[in-house]
Amino acid sequence: MATALETPRHLAMADLKGKVDPDWCPGCGDFGVLAAVQKALVELQIPNHNVVTISGIGCSSNFPGFINTYGMHTLHGRALAVATGMKLANHELTVLVTGGDGDGFGIGGNHFMHTMRRNVDLLYIVMDNQIYGLTTGQTSPTSRVGMKTKSMPFGNIESPINPISLALAAGATFVARGFSGEQKHLTELIKQGIQHRGFSFLDVFSPCVTYNHDNTYQWFRPRIKKLEEDSAYDAADWMAAMEKSLLWGEEIPIGKFFARTDVPALHEAEPVLNGGALVHADTRIPVDVTRSFIEELM
Amino acid sequence: MRQTLAIAIGGAAGQGVATPGDIFAKIFSRRGLHLNAYNAYQSIIRGGHTFLTIRTGPEKVTNMGDRLDLMIPLNQDSMDRHLRLLTSGAACVYNADTIKPGVAAKGVQLCPLPVSKLADISRNKVAQNTLAVGAALSMMGIGFQALEEVLTEQFKKKGEAVVSENVGIARAGYDYAGANFKPFAWPLPMTGNRYAVLSGNIAMAMGGAAAGVKFYCAYPMSPSTGVLHWMASHARKAGIMVRQVEDEIGVVNMAIGAAHAGVRSMCATSGGGFALMTEGLGLSAMMETPVVVIDCQRAGPSTGVPTKTEQGDLWQMLGAAFGDYPRAIAAPLDIGDCFKIIPEMFNIADRFQCPGIVLCDLLLSEGRLSVDPKDLDFAPVIDRGELITKASAASGANGNGEYLRYKITDSGISPRAVPGVPGYTHTAASDEHEENGVLISDEFTNPTKRRAMMEKRMRKVAGIEAVVPPPVLWGPRDADVTLIGWGSTKGVIEEACEILNEQGISANQLQIRWLMPLHGDVIFDILKNARHTIIVENNYSGQFARYLRSETSFVPDGYIRKYDGEPFMPHHIVEAVKEQLAGNSKLSVPAHEIMV
Repeated sequence: MATALETPRHLAMADLKGKVDPDWCPGCGDFGVLAAVQKALVELQIPNHNVVTISGIGCSSNFPGFINTYGMHTLHGRALAVATGMKLANHELTVLVTGGDGDGFGIGGNHFMHTMRRNVDLLYIVMDNQIYGLTTGQTSPTSRVGMKTKSMPFGNIESPINPISLALAAGATFVARGFSGEQKHLTELIKQGIQHRGFSFLDVFSPCVTYNHDNTYQWFRPRIKKLEEDSAYDAADWMAAMEKSLLWGEEIPIGKFFARTDVPALHEAEPVLNGGALVHADTRIPVDVTRSFIEELM
Repeated sequence: MRQTLAIAIGGAAGQGVATPGDIFAKIFSRRGLHLNAYNAYQSIIRGGHTFLTIRTGPEKVTNMGDRLDLMIPLNQDSMDRHLRLLTSGAACVYNADTIKPGVAAKGVQLCPLPVSKLADISRNKVAQNTLAVGAALSMMGIGFQALEEVLTEQFKKKGEAVVSENVGIARAGYDYAGANFKPFAWPLPMTGNRYAVLSGNIAMAMGGAAAGVKFYCAYPMSPSTGVLHWMASHARKAGIMVRQVEDEIGVVNMAIGAAHAGVRSMCATSGGGFALMTEGLGLSAMMETPVVVIDCQRAGPSTGVPTKTEQGDLWQMLGAAFGDYPRAIAAPLDIGDCFKIIPEMFNIADRFQCPGIVLCDLLLSEGRLSVDPKDLDFAPVIDRGELITKASAASGANGNGEYLRYKITDSGISPRAVPGVPGYTHTAASDEHEENGVLISDEFTNPTKRRAMMEKRMRKVAGIEAVVPPPVLWGPRDADVTLIGWGSTKGVIEEACEILNEQGISANQLQIRWLMPLHGDVIFDILKNARHTIIVENNYSGQFARYLRSETSFVPDGYIRKYDGEPFMPHHIVEAVKEQLAGNSKLSVPAHEIMV
């Protein structure tokens, strides 16, 4: 019986279907992100019990409920902190963090910055719709100047953050941007992000069809330009990535901006994990060690 | 009365108050003597005023006591502030070159050391400290050998020359005192015991290691930082992942993430940091992921007095996070208990899959106590509760159908599968959910299911109560006065009771360790027949008194409170009890006589 349980079996799309169907509004960009994540896991054949999907709060943060992996639907803004603890306690797991721009760049901004500099080995997918959806349409940290929302009815007077430049500046070792309307491209970025050893940041334009009437599919389509189509672009060049990240307007780049593999992930840098994942470690500390702890005090 | 000797060392921060303190502590504990040390200090790295009290004796020493036998002022300020505290039989050893004594009470021996004659002060900046330690040990009747041994250990890294220089200076002080100062009437005895000397913070950190903690994270905050320091410096030997996090919100959530992966996970902070953690406490309760949080109380509100003690966070713990949820809260009674309480709390948190709070305070966190090494048990009972860490053919998707992470059970406890185990995939959520983890907060709200889940979680409260022992009354049954305290006041109340009994007022003590569950019925039964009840606590509003009243309707006859940042001394309680028994007051707020 035990052997039957351990036999690896082929992972299919159906295996990743959640217990309930997504309750996002029809046409929401998040459907495309969910499909791309499922497709990426199937293509990489990562057993779903070895994947933990962790989110905060918001429309897109309902994501873990719609996919059949282990999941944690945590507090608003705190997914990255929870995910760091998860990865450090069991680095054998593939950790995906999903959420929105308000969750990640607003209330969770502090954790965003520090998780990047720590180079925690996980893929962070932000479904960036430039608006607060679940609270029915308020300005977010990525809303453009002038955008009218319920919380800024006369137009936003605050500059938005640039998630890509921010990630580059904070030391993220994999930085990419996708578009929910570009499934194949997005799936490819997700696969690369999962395989990257270290912190992978993937900002995804995921239009809110209900509350954001500025940044729609139609608005994005003519503007986006894949970095992969520019054969001269070198994703190992941080300065070039920074320069590209500043482009916004008629041309908006998507794709892999930057990646480096020479920085150890946090769990690789910590010698305590040399003996394997903490979750498998002995509860008891060897007696000679505990005796030395007491001797120090005598 | 217990025979003790108390030494105080006063000086500016950075003047080296700690080193002579450590030397005395080592010598006393190796002599088989108990000791208690308390350092009154300020939130300053250099300067200010620091006043370290070390009290020692052959029996257990549980608090700083009422009397100083020996004072070593390292600067004029310390002399000016504290000479008045010394009474007949006490002595004051000081540097005669730089410090002028004031007027001492009758019977106080002033012991000036001609420091520049006894040591080359151009070479050794702390010569006055070493001379004073030597002189003090001579007056206590302790052979020089003990000091030589400790100094040799302390300076051996710096080489033979430094060792012999310091031993020489100490010897000069020792001999000078032998020739010029009167020894104490009570030479310090020696016993066959040997004790470890440790702070509450070290005790809690080691208690965590003993409990099998594999993940510890924190943001530095006085007076909890000592836990982080022990954890960080012993992490690699103990196999514990220790992280310093960007803020306490990150701390508690990171700890929960690690706990959810299946390891025991702990964090410590003080009131301000705890305030940031409270939403996370609710998350732990809702996802049923056990985590243990230590709160080392300091004087609040807000930043308050970072280096001073208080028992002012009780209601914050009782009310931490919104909504109703099961939680366990316990306050360690002394520094030895700081060690023991951690594995106990983890067993409860793990079994009942809920947050556990250890409510410590600066007095214990940063105080130091001699503890019998046998009481530092690194192999305590470990009960991880109903944890699924391996695939099974009998349950989960491989067995009889869907795995229900939040299965409704009589105990309220649902078997918990950790990520990585095939056949048990599920999502744990901070939103309300049904048995299989699916949210019932958004699309599928359902009053019946919501009620069932609330009741499931809250059933754990009765389970916790059944495994936590109720408090017991210490001392004579039918006493004139019953003193009720909680947590760190155990030792000082105990000594106050002893003094009262010696003075013909019979006193007993009810000390509360488990605050949640409280066992209110047991407490009420004990107190309802008591002759005169007084609640003693280190805060302004009587937080425990209000809690006890809310849980049991019990109202005591009086209250003794202190909220000046400093701990109780036994005489504070003794005098207040007498005042209250005479009918002069129902609320006593003793004044702290030591200006620190």
